[in-house]
Amino acid sequence: MTRRYSAWTLAKEGLRGHAGWQPAWRSPAPKPSYDAVIIGGGGHGLATAYYLAKNHGIRNVAVIEKAWLGGGNTGRNTTTIRSNYFYPESVALYDFALKLYEGLGRELNYNIMFSQRGVLTVAHSEGEMEIAARIVNAMQINGTDAELLTPAQALDKAPLLNRDPRARYPVFGAVWQGRAGVARHDAVAWGYARAADGLGVDIIQDCEVTDFLVENGRCTGVETTRGTIRARSVGLAVAGHSSVLAAKAGFQLPIQSYSLQAMVSEPVKPCLDTVVLYMGTGTYLFQSDKGEIVVGGGLDRVPSYAQRGNPPMQRTVLSGMLEMFPSFGQLKMLRQWAGNVDVVPDSSPLIGPSPLPGLYLNCGWGTGGFKSIPAGGWLLAHLMATGSHHAVSRPFDLDRFVTGRLVDEAAGSGIAH
Amino acid sequence: MQLFPCPFCGPRDETEFQFATEAGKTRPEPAAEVSAERWTKYLYLKDNPKGPTREVWLHVTCGEFFLMERDTVSHAVAGSQALGGDPR
Repeated sequence: MTRRYSAWTLAKEGLRGHAGWQPAWRSPAPKPSYDAVIIGGGGHGLATAYYLAKNHGIRNVAVIEKAWLGGGNTGRNTTTIRSNYFYPESVALYDFALKLYEGLGRELNYNIMFSQRGVLTVAHSEGEMEIAARIVNAMQINGTDAELLTPAQALDKAPLLNRDPRARYPVFGAVWQGRAGVARHDAVAWGYARAADGLGVDIIQDCEVTDFLVENGRCTGVETTRGTIRARSVGLAVAGHSSVLAAKAGFQLPIQSYSLQAMVSEPVKPCLDTVVLYMGTGTYLFQSDKGEIVVGGGLDRVPSYAQRGNPPMQRTVLSGMLEMFPSFGQLKMLRQWAGNVDVVPDSSPLIGPSPLPGLYLNCGWGTGGFKSIPAGGWLLAHLMATGSHHAVSRPFDLDRFVTGRLVDEAAGSGIAH
Repeated sequence: MQLFPCPFCGPRDETEFQFATEAGKTRPEPAAEVSAERWTKYLYLKDNPKGPTREVWLHVTCGEFFLMERDTVSHAVAGSQALGGDPR
């Protein structure tokens, strides 16, 4: 069913009134058993299915989604992709994702609209410039691109930034990662779904997992609202709902769920061609291809599953935006939304076997799940196919909370999730 | 803007409060005999429930920790009380 998309098929369909397009993936009824079942039809789950089929030749695979594809955090983020982290383990992980993103549109034959427009992280004092230099040095040593910018260079990247000499957070310099950027979030989910379907993966929507099948102490499948599905290997990629599923499987995780909200303005003419983050306000923003200003910031401070967001954080984020770009005071905000993110004490993900044998984890991405989709999928697929860690995922095993070998990015790079 | 009930100060703006931890955690003792796994459970593992929950919060303004029962989906608060009652 899945045909190759090209300029030729687009032109042909244009002349035929677009009547010949086929659905991008099938919607089969679940089979009684699979080699591998992945819970969660967001970016990570769909990428896992794709890499199971492509890298490991395991094609008898189902992705089970309780609602619709990409309707959770994959559809609720601000689509920024970057790898400006501090620890070698983190850069190895996030830069792996960034490298996979760089070839993803071609590989999936799906335009994910990946735009490497760079991320500008602005510092506001001599002290913050020392932190910025430390992050730049760490990133360069770890093999990813990073530059320390002077105030003039930073203002050149984003000319509308606040130049008032009395500004609360003056532009003192910046960290620049030029390979970072943004992509179209739905396209990432749909591209992986279509490519996985093309390799034989069953994508099953409107199917909620209600319990786990456990035999002789091992997970052998799932009970769902559409019947029992057995599997040799089960993967969990459900972001903010990881603790809920873990409780059904009989264990706890070091996760607290919070709301992370974002907003977009009305579309305006092109005025900002990079992603800008202020260390001082924690607000970050960029302009979408449609012209909307997309704004995000830190977590809501109240643990929540509400996917809604509370007003105090909206005020914090928007006042941050006005400090950064005073001219944006004229913008009218159009939409606000929130995702339900899974925050781990050391702000690094959980990838590895769960306490229940046969069940593997890919969660705890906090506010950074979207940028990690290709790596999360690749690494969970490796675990499910081989039963053992890929070298990149080993440091992110659950056992770090017993050994104490945390990957503390909250302290390392000041990243909030 | 939501109001949270501080047992000492009454209803106050949510921005005055800070989430501390889930209720019912008791520090394992004696420390020297506690296994690494038991420390992990005490320090890091959580129920993180969807729905009704009991949590310890700090009212930053008055500096008091207290128990609050609320719902993590509706955000409705069922009540709050000073610490010192029986652990869950």
